[in-house]
Amino acid sequence: MNALGRILARRETGIAVMIVLFALAVSLYKPQFLTLNSLRVILLLTPLVMIAAMGQMLVLVARHVDLSIGSMLGLSAMLTGMMFRDLPEIPWGLGFAVSIGIGTLLGLVNGALVTFFRLPSIIVTLGTLNLYRGLTFIVSNARQVDRQFIPADLKGMSQTSPLLGIPWIIFMAFAVALLTYWFAMHTRVGRQIFALGSNPIAAPLRGVKVTQVTLLVFAISGALSGLAGIMYASRWGFVNPSNTGFGFEFQVIAAVVIGGVSINGGVGSVLGVMLGVLLMGCVAAALPLLGIPGTAQSAIYGAVILVALLIDRSVRRQGIARFKAARA
Amino acid sequence: MKKADAVPFVSARGISKSFAGIEVLRDVDLDLAKGEIHALLGENGAGKSTFAKILAGIHLPTRGTLSLDGRTIEVSSPVAAQKLGITLIHQEPISFPDLSVAENLVLGRSEDGWFSRVPWAEMTIEAQRSMDLLGVHIDVARPMRGLSIADQQMVEIARALASDSRLIIMDEPTAPLTPREVETLFGIARRLRDEGRTIVFISHRLEEVRALCDRVTIFRDGDKVATDTIGNLSDVDIIRLMIGRPLKEYIHKHSAEIGEVALEVQGLTLPGVFHDISFSVRRGEIVGLGGLVGAGRTDVARAIFGVVPATGGVVKVDGKAVHIDEPEEAIALGIALVPEDRAAAGIFRTLPVEQNITAAVPDRIAPTGVIRRAIERSLAQDSVAKLRIRLASLNQPIGELSGGNQQKAILARWLLVDPSILILDEPTRGIDIGVKAEFYDMIGELASQGKAILLISSEMPELLALCDRVLVMAEGRLTAEIARSEASQERIMSAAVPRVEAAA
Repeated sequence: MNALGRILARRETGIAVMIVLFALAVSLYKPQFLTLNSLRVILLLTPLVMIAAMGQMLVLVARHVDLSIGSMLGLSAMLTGMMFRDLPEIPWGLGFAVSIGIGTLLGLVNGALVTFFRLPSIIVTLGTLNLYRGLTFIVSNARQVDRQFIPADLKGMSQTSPLLGIPWIIFMAFAVALLTYWFAMHTRVGRQIFALGSNPIAAPLRGVKVTQVTLLVFAISGALSGLAGIMYASRWGFVNPSNTGFGFEFQVIAAVVIGGVSINGGVGSVLGVMLGVLLMGCVAAALPLLGIPGTAQSAIYGAVILVALLIDRSVRRQGIARFKAARA
Repeated sequence: MKKADAVPFVSARGISKSFAGIEVLRDVDLDLAKGEIHALLGENGAGKSTFAKILAGIHLPTRGTLSLDGRTIEVSSPVAAQKLGITLIHQEPISFPDLSVAENLVLGRSEDGWFSRVPWAEMTIEAQRSMDLLGVHIDVARPMRGLSIADQQMVEIARALASDSRLIIMDEPTAPLTPREVETLFGIARRLRDEGRTIVFISHRLEEVRALCDRVTIFRDGDKVATDTIGNLSDVDIIRLMIGRPLKEYIHKHSAEIGEVALEVQGLTLPGVFHDISFSVRRGEIVGLGGLVGAGRTDVARAIFGVVPATGGVVKVDGKAVHIDEPEEAIALGIALVPEDRAAAGIFRTLPVEQNITAAVPDRIAPTGVIRRAIERSLAQDSVAKLRIRLASLNQPIGELSGGNQQKAILARWLLVDPSILILDEPTRGIDIGVKAEFYDMIGELASQGKAILLISSEMPELLALCDRVLVMAEGRLTAEIARSEASQERIMSAAVPRVEAAA
């Protein structure tokens, strides 16, 4: 009872239950939802969100928020795409370094504004969300980078697979998640991020270098947005100044919050975030399958998120109650 | 005492500290011996906490030097203090509620690089061993959130020992603890002293200082006024040194004219909380409400004030039966309640003192619906002067004031309403002796203005000194009503202890 209560009390259990219930419910109407192929579809919808969600998790754990990720994705993807277009001889692998580098720089700007000017991150990143999007239009002259300019090898990463028919970019997303897990749970600075978010006033008294740690989480969020940027180019084969990364922050923050990361800081797990991303992916894959018209999808998407949070809360309440009863 | 003659372990010379040009600590010389428990006493703002924070590296002294084992040291930060073996344990311990107990224990100890590995297994085993060594049973894998304050203090002490601290400073550790927890804490403190560690103990409670400490240093207005072996000083000496005046001035003599019944309750009942409570309070009268914590006294006050109304019984104000469902209605009838937990129910922490004081009288500061700053300011200024509230500016957030001055500001708020019935719930909790005395004067003054006062207090000397009558509650029932002439600590106590024991 005690161990069961402990497991039930975990946020991850609530989301896992939600995913199973959701998949079963959809399969009542469309049995093909429970096939390996639809799992592939779901997974293909998730890698970009998963990568950016890892960065967002660290930012939220530190008691900040990064709203600018979609625009950082867009700007770094655009600059990288333009590089491919204007310098076609450049090795395609360099695109990763460029995109991640640009993202890191943009993230550092966010972090610097938050730390050195003591501005609330929600305002800073709301500002840079618009600033970076505007810069994307300026540098690109509002022109899309078309399919023929994106290197074939880069696009191949979303189609070719090293194993089990699963494309490279999905493995990359899981690798990022694994790395984030190691970083968050097993390095000293990772734990300092949790300490900072859990009690920002006390953290410096325990030797947490608040400025550096805050800069770091925003830089990581930017770097991962940059990585998601080049993966966008790989996945969709073009970069468009208005569409690329537009509304991305909504999907990512929703997945992270469903995944149990507290917006009050200090709490979050990589497994929870992965499950949150997966649940969002399930919903995104199921809606067209159920023939729900495009006009209604956005509303249903939002409603599912709210329902998921409510169910999760009640599952955990019961778990905690059982846990307490078992201890008493 | 031999300890005092030994080579000092810590020695402070000429320590001074100014904040924004105001000197809060002046030329303090103090020696601490190895293996002693040394009390720091003084009113709030006397400088004892500032001195403790300088030892612990939270504040840097403006002037003066510290030395440890004869070597001059620079305590530039709490982390530096930790490395020198100095730990400060706060009254509300610093903790990271989302991290495990074990992580809370080790955080800040290691100097390794950012990407060095966190040794979870070793960390957990070591943390469990430190808890076992202290003899406390806390699961180190659980999160810190939800741990009692006593347990959190134990984690802090374990942390101090894990880094082999030689000087442990406890800043008012006992205030939030139950008597049993205090005993456990004292047992551990004595053990640490016997191991040769030095403990600095800050408290307001003289009996605790007497029970625990070897020597005592008294601060007043930023000066160190005395250091002596505790046995050499009587309570009267200590209080005189703390407040700079003899004690007898502070014993209140209350002689107001007692008038008509202002507040009367008959058969007040809230099932499961309190039953059949009947009493009355007259104009000019101070009626005490004593009893143990949890006896239902606060609930009765809240019921009268309409926060959680009673389901049965009658409340009469000036002889007329009234029905109070909301605090607004109570305020309109001239009732004011100064709550016990000012942090949760009384103050708006981040708002200026000024706005806190005028919060209950919107109609006076905004006669036309728009706040008139000049009226607001002058009302607040009058209150500050009348109640002698110590502050830097009326614009200061109230959270920055000391506990006693916050409490005065809350009292000031309710006095502006000019209530005819004033309910005070533990008004002097956590306030030091000098300010307490001022409070007693004020309460007496209010009674002589003809206000009816219901004073809830757990401190028997307070009830005895101030009240015309003392009511006692136990387990939700009124168990005694004692006239001033017959009141004694024994009588109050015997009525406060639940009946089961009396029957046994």
